[in-house]
Amino acid sequence: MLDRIASLGRLGLDIVASLGRSGRFLAGVLSGVPRPVTGFPLLVRQIYAVGVLSLAIVVVSGLFIGMVLGLQGYTILSDYGSESAIGQMIALTLVRELGPVVTALLFAGRAGSALTAEIGLMKATEQLSSMEMMGVDPLRRVVAPRLWAGFIAMPVLAVIFSVVGIWGGMLVGVEWLGVFEGSFWGNMQSSVDFLDDVMNGVIKSVVFGFVCAWIAVFQGYDCVPTSAGISSATTKTVVYSSLAVLGLDFVLTAVMFGDF
Amino acid sequence: MAQRTTEIIVGLFMIAGLAALLVLALQVSGLSPKAAERTYTLYANFNDTGGLTPRGKVSMAGVTVGSIESISLDKETFQARVKMSIHAEVDNIPADSSAVIRTSGLLGEQYIDISIGADMESLQPGDTFYSTQSAMNLERLISNFASGK
Repeated sequence: MLDRIASLGRLGLDIVASLGRSGRFLAGVLSGVPRPVTGFPLLVRQIYAVGVLSLAIVVVSGLFIGMVLGLQGYTILSDYGSESAIGQMIALTLVRELGPVVTALLFAGRAGSALTAEIGLMKATEQLSSMEMMGVDPLRRVVAPRLWAGFIAMPVLAVIFSVVGIWGGMLVGVEWLGVFEGSFWGNMQSSVDFLDDVMNGVIKSVVFGFVCAWIAVFQGYDCVPTSAGISSATTKTVVYSSLAVLGLDFVLTAVMFGDF
Repeated sequence: MAQRTTEIIVGLFMIAGLAALLVLALQVSGLSPKAAERTYTLYANFNDTGGLTPRGKVSMAGVTVGSIESISLDKETFQARVKMSIHAEVDNIPADSSAVIRTSGLLGEQYIDISIGADMESLQPGDTFYSTQSAMNLERLISNFASGK
């Protein structure tokens, strides 16, 4: 009995300690802002790895999600004879919710896990400690560019996701199901507000990008330097990022769109 | 891969992101470049604004000519005072026009429709509509009908 209570206590202490470590880690990374001249090529390479290489999965999923939204929306809305509202439905769902959230989930799975595995393996093969021996700060050299890259690439990916999704929805709604194109765009434009909807979606994706990249690099940096440790750190990255994104999404939505 | 190629591809990636944001701004949210259009202010007092909300539209013969800026309560007359901003090019609204709250469709949003008067003089910036017609309240309409008044 006492053992169980003790293990519960240890679990609690572990959680608090790892939160504290991740906070100190973040402070360490952010204070080491990549220097404009030497840091820039590193940052560009990471944006390529994290952003450009995630483009394919983001575009394909955006297209299919938009098409499914068009199809589902049409089925439901045509019951009420208001299938011309399909444009505003697709645009609002994508711009406000699905764009940032689904992109963040894909990003955690595609880019976050790779970041964790990469940094974890660097730690396991003692590249990080040898960098320290050479007087190179691994936080600044390895971790900071990856964190900033996630932070920058995520909103770009989310915006591209929304646009491709809306195009997919238009493909199904207008080209296939025959909704009048004028009312499709007209309804959309009259109900979507640039600041309230589009920019709030962008803010969401910035927050998600930051959180996903932070979790990914911290899990890699903090992992047990064995093959089992790396694999569990990679799993943790995906699980924690997804939970954090969904939880934060609720909070952000309540703050942004909840009128109370 | 050569550093330069990577840089070019990342640059294209960022441009694609900016272009996508531009599409969202112009095509999806219908933000027009001349968003900062010059407007002037008119007021109208209503007994009941119903579900009227700020940012709602003000129209004339079905054409949108402005938007609702704010709705506040006049503490002396206990009426709702609606502040509207009207496009500057529509500067010849007859002074005896009336502001009517209408609903688009049966269950749609409410907006202000300006029904044109016949006066030769026109409303000046800061003027208040002389006659208004409040929102049609379906519930009150039914209860009046049921009680036979």
